[in-house]
Amino acid sequence: MSSDQPHLHKLTLKHIYDGFKQLIPISLFVVVFGVAFGLAAAQTGLSDTSAVLMSTLVFAGASQFAALDLWGQQVPVVPLMITVFAINARHLLMGATLYPWLRELPVAKRYGVMLVVSDANWAMAMQAFSRGKPGLGILFGGGIALWVAWILGSWLGLHFGSAIDNPVTFGLDMVMGCFLLAMVVGGKKNLRMFIIWTVAACSSLLAYWYLPANSHVVVGALAGGVLGAVWMEKQQ
Amino acid sequence: MSIETAGCGTLVIILIMAAVTLATRWGGVFVMSFVPINYRVQQFITAMSGSVLVAVLAPLAIKGDNGARLALLSTAIVMLILKKPLPAIAAGIFAAALARQF
Repeated sequence: MSSDQPHLHKLTLKHIYDGFKQLIPISLFVVVFGVAFGLAAAQTGLSDTSAVLMSTLVFAGASQFAALDLWGQQVPVVPLMITVFAINARHLLMGATLYPWLRELPVAKRYGVMLVVSDANWAMAMQAFSRGKPGLGILFGGGIALWVAWILGSWLGLHFGSAIDNPVTFGLDMVMGCFLLAMVVGGKKNLRMFIIWTVAACSSLLAYWYLPANSHVVVGALAGGVLGAVWMEKQQ
Repeated sequence: MSIETAGCGTLVIILIMAAVTLATRWGGVFVMSFVPINYRVQQFITAMSGSVLVAVLAPLAIKGDNGARLALLSTAIVMLILKKPLPAIAAGIFAAALARQF
């Protein structure tokens, strides 16, 4: 990994700008998700400032939608914290997978880059690393693009959301799913990986059906990871 | 314990959510700084990175409507043939939109 390819962790302004540009197409779709969130927030009764502030500071779509479900005259704190943590726990795993490259950075930069980690920029950064290209610019620059898009979308949704008539009919709810699948399919494929993914998928489904809500991502990912650690590839 | 959503309450709730989310963004990196990166850990990380995505997608494919399933199938096929993500995603969205017209 990083020790044989010392340049992969490089993070210059040029890398960040390139990463920003690379994530612009998917950011346009994130604007649409943001619109959906802004609309839902307005319907739940959040003020404009609160909804935009939430998107700016939290920047994690699924958990923000879940928070709206808990919203009322009062919000129960512990269920809110558990829900947000469970939905966002995949960030813990993403941070761990990025560590071999992040450890080459000074501590402030290392944690600064992680401020904007989310599904799309993480997946593209990991793909870049697996192809022997630098990925931290994609992670950080792309993350900024996604963050700006999410805030902008939320704001648009608050003001103009009611103009969009049922985005599900147009398949827009599938953007992120299709994107993540494209990343899986575009990754390294062999029989070992395929079996690991199958175990991850089955564990995720079992957790989805039989374990507490929102635990499936962590359960599936850890099952795949543990199998990978036990059944290692032959070292060259 | 509950927090009122009137006045500053909303701000407190948002700050709690932000703190919990930030803990998830930083926690994995923090914990890994105590783990020596050997070959087994590398294999764990590589296997886990694909598995995160698969674990997100599996329930989506099972619980979703036919539009969702067709979308994922189209994306996979186009990605295998063209190896470019954007046409693959476009094909997926188009398939979902088409399936939901009927």
